[in-house]
Parts: sequence; C-alpha cells; structure tokens
Amino acid sequence: MTNLPGIAARLRANGVVGINERNADYTLPYNRRDRYPLVDDKVLTKRLAIGAGVAVPELYGVIEIQYQVRELPALLAKYRDFVVKPARGSQGDGIIVVTGRTRSLYRAADGSLLDPDEMAFHVSNILSGIYSLGGQTDKALVEYRVNFDPVFEGITYRGVPDVRIIVFLGVPVMAMVRLPTRISGGKANLHQGAIGTGVDMATGRTLTAVWNNSIVGEHPDTGNPVSGVLIPRWDTLLELGARSSELTGLGYQGVDIVLDRDKGPLILEINARPGLAIQIANRAGLKPRLDAVERHRSGLSTVAERVAFAKERFGCRVG
Amino acid sequence: MFGFPLKPEERTDVWRVEVQMRFEADGGPARAALFAPHGTGGFAVVDQSFVSPGYGITTEPHRGSGIRAVYTVREAKGTQTLYYRAVIQRTSQSDAAERDPVPTLAPPNYEGAQAVAAQSIVQAALKQSADAATLAALIVKRLREAKPGDEAHYLLGPEAGSFRLVSTAVGLLQTAGVPSRIVNGLILVPERRDAQFVRWLEYYAGGRWRPLYPSEPTAEALRYYFPWWRGPAPFIEASGATGLTHSITTSRSYELAVRAAMSQKRELEKKLIEFSLFGLPLQAQSLFRTILAIPAGILLLVVLRNVVGIKTFGTFMPVLIALAFRQTGLAWGCVFFSIVVALGLAVRFYLERLKLLLVPRLAAVVIVVILLLATITVVSFKLGFDRGLSIGLFPIVILTMTIERMTLVWEERGAGEALQQAAGSIVVGALCYLLMNVPVVEHLFFVFPELLLVVLAATLLLGRYTGYRLTELRRFRVLSE
Repeated sequence: MTNLPGIAARLRANGVVGINERNADYTLPYNRRDRYPLVDDKVLTKRLAIGAGVAVPELYGVIEIQYQVRELPALLAKYRDFVVKPARGSQGDGIIVVTGRTRSLYRAADGSLLDPDEMAFHVSNILSGIYSLGGQTDKALVEYRVNFDPVFEGITYRGVPDVRIIVFLGVPVMAMVRLPTRISGGKANLHQGAIGTGVDMATGRTLTAVWNNSIVGEHPDTGNPVSGVLIPRWDTLLELGARSSELTGLGYQGVDIVLDRDKGPLILEINARPGLAIQIANRAGLKPRLDAVERHRSGLSTVAERVAFAKERFGCRVG
Repeated sequence: MFGFPLKPEERTDVWRVEVQMRFEADGGPARAALFAPHGTGGFAVVDQSFVSPGYGITTEPHRGSGIRAVYTVREAKGTQTLYYRAVIQRTSQSDAAERDPVPTLAPPNYEGAQAVAAQSIVQAALKQSADAATLAALIVKRLREAKPGDEAHYLLGPEAGSFRLVSTAVGLLQTAGVPSRIVNGLILVPERRDAQFVRWLEYYAGGRWRPLYPSEPTAEALRYYFPWWRGPAPFIEASGATGLTHSITTSRSYELAVRAAMSQKRELEKKLIEFSLFGLPLQAQSLFRTILAIPAGILLLVVLRNVVGIKTFGTFMPVLIALAFRQTGLAWGCVFFSIVVALGLAVRFYLERLKLLLVPRLAAVVIVVILLLATITVVSFKLGFDRGLSIGLFPIVILTMTIERMTLVWEERGAGEALQQAAGSIVVGALCYLLMNVPVVEHLFFVFPELLLVVLAATLLLGRYTGYRLTELRRFRVLSE
C-alpha cells in the first residue's frame, strides 16, 4: 500500500472507474430517478420485458401479502424446481434456488434441505422487507429455474452462471461471466465468492478470471480452465443487452443474462447500479469505452448499429 | 464583532469569589446582610448568586457605601450557612464609582487632646502641601510613620491595624476639608481560601474620586485590588443570631470569555444576541452545543465513507454511536458497544431459529438490548466501574438496528464482512467522537453557527468528488500494472 498517488495515477491512466465516479458521472446523470422502480422491482421488470417480447424466465407466481404464504405449498407443488427471490432484493441476497425435492423437503442449490415451514418463513422474511433496500415491504417471486447451458457445466459449482453486460446508452460496453463456486453458495455474485471472467466483446470468448479480487486460471471447485470458453449465441446476448436499455430507459445499467439449455438467453434482472468488479475480470477500465460511446452516441440509433459498434470497438485486439 | 473569542477558554482574568456566612439562629426571625460588590473600578461582576436555602433575598442600596444584600427568614434555628458567590472579570469599561456624588463633609468630632493632635497634623500637612493629592499623601505618610509619643500615635491608639490607619486618615482629611472615604477591597492574587479585606482610601479632588493606598503597593499588585464597598460599615451584620462569622475564598477561574463578552455589551448588541443561540435557556443551549457539533462529525463521516471508503452499518449510525460515546467516554463506549452488540448477536442468532416475523423479531431484540443494558449496568457498577452507569444512554434503537443488520450481513455475506463493517462503524464512530469532542470544534460551531454553511459547502463539494476511494486503490490494485 505504498505510493498511493502513484497507484491512483496508474488507475486513472488505465481508465478504471471508481464508485464515486460511477455514481457522479454515470448513474446520477444518465439514470432517471423515476426509472429505478422498473428495475428495482423484478416483477415490474419482468412484465415490461414480456410486454416488449424480450426473453425472461417464466413467472410462476407472486406472493404479495402475508396471507398468501398459506397458498405457497399449493403453488410450489406444481413445480419440481423453481427459484424464490425477493422482488426488490439487492446483490443476490434472499434468493433460494430449489433444484428438486427429497420427500417433503425442498433441496436447495447449495445442497441444503428446507422443510415447508422454513420455506414459508423465508417468504415471510422477504415480504417483511429484510432483503429490500431501505427495508420497505416487498414481494416474493417464484419463477422458472434456468437449466443452464452445458457450456458452463465444467466450470460451475451448482447454481446458475450468468453473463453480466454493462450497457451504456444502449451500447454493450463490457461483459463478464459470473460462475458460482462452493463458497458463493451457488450464487453468481462476485462479492459472495463467485468467479468473474472477462469476455471478448467481439467474439464472446472468456478472458482471464478473477476470484476474490485475484486472478485465477481454473475453477477452484472443478479444476477446469475458465478462460477461452466460447459463449454460445453471443450476438443474441449483445442484442438482448442493447434492447434492454430501451426497455428501462436507463442510460447506464447492468444486464444479467442466463443461458438456458432450451430457451436460450434470458434476461434475469437489470441493475441500475452495476458493480465495478467487472473491470477487474476484464483487466481493463471502463472509462475509455464509456467515452467512446459518448463521442459516437449520435450515430448509434438502432440495435444493430450499437451491437456492431460494440463488437468493433470493444473487442480484444490480440485474440 | 461582538467580541466573542475564537477559542473556547480564551484566557481572561476571571475570578470566583465565595463568601460563606455562618451563625447560630435563635429560633425566631433571622436577618443577615452583607455588602455586594459595587463601584468595582476596573472589574465587572459578571455573575452573582445567593445560595441560601429557605431565605428570601433582597438587595438595597446603602447610601455612600454600596449595595447590601439582605437574607431574611421567618424562622431559623441552629447553625445557618449562607453563601454569596460572584464571578468577577476585568473590564475596560470602568465602573463609575469614581464619579459618585460628593458627600457632605462629616468630620469626626475630636475632643480634647485628640482635637489638638488632629489639628496639629492637619495644619502641618496643609502648610507643606499644594493640593488635595499631596495633602492626602502627607497625612497618610505622617500616620504610617507614627512613633510612640507623637500626635499621630496618640490618634491611632495602641497597636493600630490598617483599618484604624485608614479610618484615621479619612477623619483627618475630612477635618482638613477634603471629602474622603474608606474603601474595603480584596486582593485577588494570590488565590486564597481565607481572604481578608484590605483598606485604602479615596479622596475627592478635581471632580472625581482618587484612590490612595497606604501600603504603597506596586503598580503590578494594584491591578488585583478589587474594591468591594465603601465606608466604615462592617461587611456583614445579622440580627436574631449569634456567633456570626464569615470566610471568603477567592479563586482564579478560566471562565468562558464568551460569558464575559456578553455581559459587557451595550443595549443594542444585547438585543441582537438575544436573538442568537445565547438567548435560549441554558438547557437548550447545552443541547445545541451538541447538536451543532454533529455536522462536523457528519462531514468527517462523508470523507471516511466517500474518500477513504470505510464500510459502516447504516449511513449515519457511526455519528449516533459517537453521540453515545460522549456520555460514556471513548474506551468504555467501545467496550460497552462491543459487549452489547456481541451478546445481542448471540440472542439474535437464537431468535433466528424461532422463525419470527420481522417486526416482532425487532421488538424482541429491543427488549433483549434493554435487558442487556440493565444487566451490564448493574454488574459493572457492582464491580466498581462507575462508567457502567452511563451505558443506559446508548441509543437502544440504534443498537437494535446494528444487531439486526449485522446478523443479516453475517448470514448473507459471512462473518468476515460483518465484523469488518462492525469494526468500520466503531472506528468511524470513534473518529467522529474525537472530532466532535474537541472543545474548539464544539465552541466554534455554537458561537459561530454560520460555520455550518462552510461545512455545507464542503459537503456539496464532496458530493461531486469523482476520484478513487482509498480502499478502491487496493481493490483495483491488479489493474494498475
């Protein structure tokens, strides 16, 4: 931790965006306040996406008030596997992925078993707002559990890997694949211990990976290399990302996309304040790409133009 | 502009004088009187108080002498102790005692040999002097240098003290046709537990009263002569009482110069000050002393969170912790806070297994926190830690929310993250406390609340700070290669 001004100057030279800069120069000016509820409430996001014909995981049901918790077993009985999540949750908190059943127990993705009472308690907790920002009361979603594409099978420990794309003014600028590990408990959030790998925007091939802020080559649980994996249907992912900003009207957002074996890329959620660890995964700063988009924004009106711009400008020069 | 000092305890010459009166009351009505300082020259009485359980207090002017404070009570029996306290400060605006009206001459009626001796001294002095000043000086000199057997010694009587000398000099000056009076005063330096009055005299010449000190003190010592009352009347009197005694304590005090500045203002300025925080009742003032220091802590919090990047529970919780530390002190505050949160966490983890809904669960934690506070207070008090008593001042709801949030972070992100945020909260709280507790900070914000605009400006500037946080330099370290 010596020579702090030197580190700061080199970070600046590499175009690394800090939290203060992200908030002051991107999310605050480009994301209108009245648009936040659209992404903060996943039920709203989902309905918006369905209306626009954007692919999302199917919604099985919404629990809005405590009384409805009684109906939970009946609702869940119809499905072998599903996901329960808070509508206003942040950073992946409060999500339970149920992969199957053992007698009357629900089997979660992390291998633990929940009885129906525990599940009802979890839903009650969600309703009372302990996972929501500011603690306001919340809704609980029950939705389709993604059967993820086998492409990530060898480099995932349970849970659902997803692709996070930062979309600025409708242009996908940077992406990473988030791979759950044993430590992350099947969750795909980096701060919970998931692996993040950078992605070549031109080809959709994974680059270096970062795990707990350090560079890794293999998945810590499976031992398979995490670099050089080609993400299938990459162009579709970029298109989804580019279209998502028309959906929400947010200038700067993070789009989380999962690859379903049968249904293809699905938008899982949209984040109005996406984290900055994606820069570490890509070993590149966001600033030059964001500046490029700002300079050329007038010539980028259609989805196709924006995707083409992203592939041309933000691809990996070497590979 | 109003002479308020920039530093909280800017050194001013301030003394506290305490007079203690004791007497045995006879059982009926009792009355005791003492002189309150008046005509105090280069000093001002900034504050005075009469401490006397059950007694009524009146003050009345005592012609030519000063102001008398009279303590009266309908019935009193046994030993009575009454107090008079005054805070005295040097001032540039002289008390107008020197322009007191000229009293009519009342020369003492010397008889026989006394009259002859007095006339002899006065005539000799009149011959050698040019004006009232030299006359007074000559008479005092003559009395001071009295030898056994001469006129002066005869007038003073055997073993005369300073009081006798001054009163004789006053009598002789009156005989010579110069208005004069005795001045009774205290010497403020050095501080004394049993201070004695000293006497000097004032004579009227050239349209004002001028002092003359028989003991010829140096100019430096003279600065600490505090005139109290004038004339030969005794300092205290009592009726319906026996065994009247008194003692006087003087102590130098570093009283807030603020108070002194206020007490010396002219009327218009006083009215303006009435519309400032100083116009509030004392209790409200002390509250605002604390409240106005909070923005300083908040500014520090903003810096620590947005520029340094320390993670804390809640946005302003550290500042609230800091406020609690004001009551407990820093070290004990940290210890108590840690103990309560740790025990609360243990209980909270147990409650987790009961699967309670949010609001009842929070209520349960509040109750547990209160129980913990009570228990810790009793235990620490019994172990001899007085500081334990102040723990009850910790904001209960804040502790509860800390415990609740810490549990959630613990479960969702792991113990490391939870402990890190808890440590961050305490460190930031401690730093805010240290800042808010600097007397200069508290003083400046209270006396000059307009400084809050500066804090506001700094906060607005920080609101547009887009540089890296210190912790981000570590986080993005790999990207700096």
